[in-house]
Amino acid sequence: MDISVIYYLVPSLVMFCCGVYGFVTRKNMIAMLISLELMLNSVDINFVVFNRYLFPGQLEGMFFTLFAIAIAAAETALAIAIIINIFRASKNIDVTDITKMKF
Amino acid sequence: MDYSQFLVMKQEIALIVAFLLVFLCDTFMPKRSQGAIGWISIIAFAAVTAFGFCPSLLEGNPDAFSGMYSAGVAEVNIKNILNIGALIVMIQALRWAKEDMVKIRRGEFYELLLVTLFGMYLMISSRHFLLFVIGLETASLPLAAMVAFDKHRYESREAAVKYILTAVFSTAIFLMGLSFVYALSGSLYFDGIAAAVTYEGVNTLLVVALAFVISGIGFKLSLVPFHLWTADVYQGAPTPVTSYLSVISKGAAAFAFLVVLWKAFGTVYSEAWEWMLYALIILTITIGNLFAMRQRNMKRFLAFSSISQAGYIMLGVIAYNYMGMAALMYYVLVYIFSNLAAFGVIGAIENATGKVWMDDYKGLYKTNPRLAFTMMLAMFSLAGIPPFAGFFSKFFIFTSAINQGSVAIYVLVLIALINTIISLYYYLLVVKAMFISQDDCTIATFRSACSERFALWVCVAGIVGLGIVSCVYNHLLEAVL
Repeated sequence: MDISVIYYLVPSLVMFCCGVYGFVTRKNMIAMLISLELMLNSVDINFVVFNRYLFPGQLEGMFFTLFAIAIAAAETALAIAIIINIFRASKNIDVTDITKMKF
Repeated sequence: MDYSQFLVMKQEIALIVAFLLVFLCDTFMPKRSQGAIGWISIIAFAAVTAFGFCPSLLEGNPDAFSGMYSAGVAEVNIKNILNIGALIVMIQALRWAKEDMVKIRRGEFYELLLVTLFGMYLMISSRHFLLFVIGLETASLPLAAMVAFDKHRYESREAAVKYILTAVFSTAIFLMGLSFVYALSGSLYFDGIAAAVTYEGVNTLLVVALAFVISGIGFKLSLVPFHLWTADVYQGAPTPVTSYLSVISKGAAAFAFLVVLWKAFGTVYSEAWEWMLYALIILTITIGNLFAMRQRNMKRFLAFSSISQAGYIMLGVIAYNYMGMAALMYYVLVYIFSNLAAFGVIGAIENATGKVWMDDYKGLYKTNPRLAFTMMLAMFSLAGIPPFAGFFSKFFIFTSAINQGSVAIYVLVLIALINTIISLYYYLLVVKAMFISQDDCTIATFRSACSERFALWVCVAGIVGLGIVSCVYNHLLEAVL
């Protein structure tokens, strides 16, 4: 039984769009970070699927995915550290409250 | 595997050695001699800078690791230019690093700075998107930590949150675009992509992929409409970090952007990305200028000025010829000196009095004539008034764009020229505040620190000297041809 490539790409695209939507609409910074993770993970799925279906003879996409996962982990760690830092200042991680600097 | 190819990346290795040296000194030196860490890093990094100017040990092939990495003459030159800028930033930061809140962590500032510079080196030299992404992240993640460096000051925290969230968002968009590029070409090598993406193969997927890639890097370069983080981050970050962010990070990203668009997508220049960049440049220059006019905080003001300068730098990319590449490098060099002079003055005044508003600068000429004069030179250079260096950098970058030849580019250069005149207005506002306006509570006369004065002298020498000796441009051009 063959699973067509479209069955992987559509969920990945849905994940990406959910991530963008969540990033734009969520007020809680941790929720925004989760949305960002969704976006980064949908990219990983894309790379693996393109590698597996379109270019089965090589491993470039798989390797890229491994590095992308590590980079995403580093980004999350740093972002959480910074969010904890601002939580200590304002006891709040609502993104609508960090508006001291504006136009 | 041929291990001698590591010698091609001699600048990266020198930088890593300097980083390890600073790191070990920071960790193992006794507490009472910690004050020397700034000087140790400056000396180590000055050695790296000097080493970059030494002729290469290897003759011939500048590529290494089966073409993933390349250190040709142009790459070595832009790295040297960035080195000079980073060295000036490190010297300027010495005074700031002595403050009580910063003192216990000052080693970390220099370490993070060296690591981000390493990431920028990788970005510049990469010929494979895996290496490029690693370099991009190595450059932008420690920068978020640097923005949050004044962790007891609320603005710094807020700026760091805004920076990291937009940076990760832009990375995700960039990676999405890359996955489409991979689907189209089956390779992540720039050469492989250029071979697979051809004139006939322009389709919707390629345009979408390029839009994602360009917007991803556009975030790092703070091109309009991806610029909204810039002003807040520049205002909130500590002044040395702001100056680093605005010149070094931007210069490296601009050159890397040029390399990506030329080497990977050069075959579809006029079909796919010329018009995207065209729109971005017009928006960036115009909106950057218009918003700069209404800023009263000096750091925010320079943030918007740097947005519009990024638009001018992009003219060198859209020119799509070797003159454009050389003009971009020259522009970055001049921009480093002019902007660092402006930030040096702002930093000196902020360290001495804590004032950062344009109204505070009223009557500065009466009390601190030399600082006011330096600021004036920096503003003239940023605005592009002859005979200072800024005029020649704008001149060369406009010439390179016009040499591209199409009517559309003529219109673009005309718009950029009109914007130069608009920008004169707000740059001269600062000069007017310092020289003409009178105020009761002017900044009292003060003597800035020795390191700050030295850095400002270097910047002034650069602004005036590069205006007179603009044959540096010819040297850069001959090197890339």
